[in-house]
Amino acid sequence: MELTKEEEAALDGKHGETLALAYRVLVAIGEATGSEKLIPIEWAHLSGVNYNTIGDAGEQFLSHLSKDTKFKVKTTVNPMGLDFDTISKYELNEQFIQKQQSIKDSYEKMGAIPSFSCIPYEIFELPKKGTHVSFAESNAAIYANSVSGLKTNKEGAFSALASAITGKSPRSDLRDDKNRKPNVTIQMKIKNKDELTYGMLGYFAGKVAGNSVAISGTTNLDKRSCKSLCAGMGTSGRCGMFTLEEGEGEKIDFDDKEMQNVRDELNTSESGDVITLGSPQLGLEEISDLAVMLHGKSFRKRCMIFCPRAIKKQITDLGYAKEIERAGGEFLYDCCICLTPLINKDNVDSVITNSVKGAYYLRTSNGVDVNLKSLSQIVREETK
Amino acid sequence: MNVQVIVKGKTKGALLVSRNPINFLGGIDKKTGLVRDENHDLFGKSIANKILVFPFGVGSSVGAYTIYSLKYNKRAPLAMICLKADITTASGCAISNIPLVVVPKRDYESLKDGSKVSLDAIKGNIL
Repeated sequence: MELTKEEEAALDGKHGETLALAYRVLVAIGEATGSEKLIPIEWAHLSGVNYNTIGDAGEQFLSHLSKDTKFKVKTTVNPMGLDFDTISKYELNEQFIQKQQSIKDSYEKMGAIPSFSCIPYEIFELPKKGTHVSFAESNAAIYANSVSGLKTNKEGAFSALASAITGKSPRSDLRDDKNRKPNVTIQMKIKNKDELTYGMLGYFAGKVAGNSVAISGTTNLDKRSCKSLCAGMGTSGRCGMFTLEEGEGEKIDFDDKEMQNVRDELNTSESGDVITLGSPQLGLEEISDLAVMLHGKSFRKRCMIFCPRAIKKQITDLGYAKEIERAGGEFLYDCCICLTPLINKDNVDSVITNSVKGAYYLRTSNGVDVNLKSLSQIVREETK
Repeated sequence: MNVQVIVKGKTKGALLVSRNPINFLGGIDKKTGLVRDENHDLFGKSIANKILVFPFGVGSSVGAYTIYSLKYNKRAPLAMICLKADITTASGCAISNIPLVVVPKRDYESLKDGSKVSLDAIKGNIL
């Protein structure tokens, strides 16, 4: 990869240890992806915010980094492990809360906007189409490329961090128009489709696709299905983009048999103790839908609903929060299902969710069983 | 065998070969280095102090922090050999100073589990 004189100097440590580290990361990614140069990016969205995912190593790394680092471009951050406003209601050890606070402080000190959300594409105004951004959250990277018209690779936590520090990223993979063309088409053969079907389709597509995949047999997706597709795809593979049209190359069917295989892999229980909604976090539109669906009903079980804080005022003012709380829903802001310490095998055996991404991480990381079903099925079976 | 160097370094050790991609965040325990994804061909094995051979990383971008945590907890692989280095693995190795190289498919398939090799990720070869 060719670097400018200025970039070379930074890599050699002439502008400090932090910039040298950031450029070392960018050069490694550049080598890995066959990039020729670095290009400017306008917005970095960072993962690695939840203490449960980055641990003591990550917490100390960020604390050290924040001593002399300021982000160069607009920088937003992924969910934390908890909601500081309501944490006293949960049994969580003090050490976890302190470490999470330290991580939050480090990011804010470096200039991050405290968004704590995995759906930046839904809560921030988007730059104009074609703008290069650097999104580490996998569902957000896929959504940005496929729906928002932005350009990003499916970044790693450290590559997006390096982009936030330098304002740059290697020009490669999905940043290059010729690689955005899908070379595999998944033919959607399932007749009755809901968001869970699309989540499983995404999980399947992620396993078989390269950088970009075409999905045929489906034309318009509502927001819930679209987010579910992005999250499923981001969980299983390295694919960072989809289009809803026939692509070139190999054609692969996603039929009942393939869907059953995915279900068998992720669904490990026929029922659950707790319902969780929100991986990715639910936005305004989904909360509005949920309030309507729950009209005159109440949950038979505890139901945890994960949202970005950015929508709290709106859903409160519009009365949605009140209606959902009346039905027994419990709102948590700034965090999400994935690896939250609030759900673990000491307090819960099995969890009901409509999220394929949630299911994967609940099982592998939180160690609980999962009962996968669509939102409409959850409302039908788990409310009275 | 010639290799493409992504992150520089030198090491010697035994190969641990996987044919499945790795989701570091969900798939590997950052404190022990054990593979905890039941559906993975390395399930129950430790990747610590081995030269880890796998096609590429998948899934969560936070897997890069898992790689860094493994190093911090002294349970990291000595080096990694991939078929295609993904961004999460490359950035995780770069921050953690874990040598990372890429090999072509034919060479990748010739790497045998358990065999002892010497990896020079400066000159770019495996002996």
